[in-house]
Amino acid sequence: MTDWLSPSEWQAVFLSIRVSLWATAVSLPLGIFTAYALARWSFPGKQLLNGLVHLPLILPPVVTGYLLLLTFGRRGPVGGFLEEWFGIVFAFRWTGAALAAGIMAFPLMVRAIRLAIEAVDPKLEQAAGTLGAARLWVFLTVTLPLILPGVIAGSILAFAKAMGEFGATITFVSNIPGQTQTLPSAIYTFLQVPGGEDDAARLVLVAIAVAMGALLLSEWISRAVARRIGGA
Amino acid sequence: MLEVRLRHRFGGFTLDAGFAVPQGITVLFGRSGSGKTTIVNAVAGLLRPEAGRVAMGKTILTDVEARVWVPPHKRRIGYIFQEGRLFPHLNVRQNLRYGAWFAPKDAPREDMGRVVEMLGIGPLLDRRTGALSGGEKQRVAIGRALLSAPQLILADEPLAALDEARKAEILPYFERLRDEVTIPILYVSHSASEVARLATTVVALEAGRVIAQGRAAEVLGDPAVLPTGAREAGAVLTARVARHHDDGLTELDAGGVALFLPRLPQGPGASVRVRIAAHDVILAQEAPRGLSALNILPGVVAEIRAGEGPGALVALDTQAGRVLARITRRSVAALGLEPGASVHAVLKSVAVAPADVGGPRGAT
Repeated sequence: MTDWLSPSEWQAVFLSIRVSLWATAVSLPLGIFTAYALARWSFPGKQLLNGLVHLPLILPPVVTGYLLLLTFGRRGPVGGFLEEWFGIVFAFRWTGAALAAGIMAFPLMVRAIRLAIEAVDPKLEQAAGTLGAARLWVFLTVTLPLILPGVIAGSILAFAKAMGEFGATITFVSNIPGQTQTLPSAIYTFLQVPGGEDDAARLVLVAIAVAMGALLLSEWISRAVARRIGGA
Repeated sequence: MLEVRLRHRFGGFTLDAGFAVPQGITVLFGRSGSGKTTIVNAVAGLLRPEAGRVAMGKTILTDVEARVWVPPHKRRIGYIFQEGRLFPHLNVRQNLRYGAWFAPKDAPREDMGRVVEMLGIGPLLDRRTGALSGGEKQRVAIGRALLSAPQLILADEPLAALDEARKAEILPYFERLRDEVTIPILYVSHSASEVARLATTVVALEAGRVIAQGRAAEVLGDPAVLPTGAREAGAVLTARVARHHDDGLTELDAGGVALFLPRLPQGPGASVRVRIAAHDVILAQEAPRGLSALNILPGVVAEIRAGEGPGALVALDTQAGRVLARITRRSVAALGLEPGASVHAVLKSVAVAPADVGGPRGAT
């Protein structure tokens, strides 16, 4: 089984999974918060925030990658600050790939969670309040359990998007084997070399398998959660 | 004791109401749109009034002038909503325990077992709320509010979303609540028969203003107080079940006068309240004879209110208590009725619906 892919190919697969898991996990709390703010609060600049969140969905990925390079590169305002104070470097590292994937996947995650939040009857949250639950408790004991299927769906969607992210990633962190060469970058590299189609095809199969696996898992979890909530 | 004084503009007119809620059930009685829900929401803290004060005993919950505002989750008010609002992701037991979890540790609590028994929801405890009937949902909602260790219970038209059969199922639980629980209850209703059965105190509301408040028998027996219109007028009598007759009638003793009604479920000795709808009462100058109606109450006219139409409301003081009769102005003139005149009120037994007879106690 392990011979089926070369070590460097396995490296690309595992790097992609690691990058996607991190991208999903780190953006999830922020995604829930953003979705809640967009669904429930009214504040100045709400439309601006909404547009900002959706920007990666409509910009060419190469533009997003370039903007990331300008901002989070070692000479960028945020990148320089993070390196100087926390020692975190994004440019040309796998962390940068995770950042790019996270930002590209963020709009999909927020949309799924926002829809779930809008489906929750605010009257239930009000009822929880009259029963003595403070706001945070209302969120944790009523809102969050009720939106769980949406949160799971959003996370899996984000994971799948992160697995497939290419344009922003290659622009921001390049295509360094073992460092920033994710699955799509590896496929791209094979396709650039004459006779690389066979290697590319195997990686394509891996990509399909991971994507399908994620989709089935999300369906299964969502259904189990929906049953537990009793909504269905 | 809850004390409420509010002023708030809404829906084209100004709510300007002040009243007190003592122990028992206080019914906020009025048409839809008269400001009832605005009041309960202000009491619960779900709405900030423009001016006014809400105080529970010595604790001030809202005082707009003094800038005091207690958020809803700290008010310790059990709110029974019209639609139940049970949590769909929790089962019945978890719903019931939800409020208790947030209540202060030293707060006086109702016993879970007792509440479950009182509401008859024992067999439902492990069920999902989605599988409950409307009546069951509402009973669980009552239990959930009761078990949150509240200082006050609010019920906003808790029966309005139910059909007649479910209403009849839930009403006795509110009667038990009134008679067995010491927490004051503020109950919103536009149904005269609900008011007659449940109310210890009535606060009658019309277009955002309190037009009368006091003990149920007094307010409902006042011909000038018609928050839901003259068609709904009716007084409340308190009586004791004397005995059940073989022909299907139950004899009541109302202050020494015998009243015959279709068979009641209560046993002899039980105290009941009976709503006598004003349009079911016939007045006669002399004690009628050869009449099919079984109940004849001699009395004295206390007050006459002529309506805008052809009708008039006559209030009688009888030995059984205050009775209202809705007759035409023509009959008022023909009978020569005026305050102080002696008349007889005639009431058909079958005119009193089962829904108009309430269970034990409830001082009137």
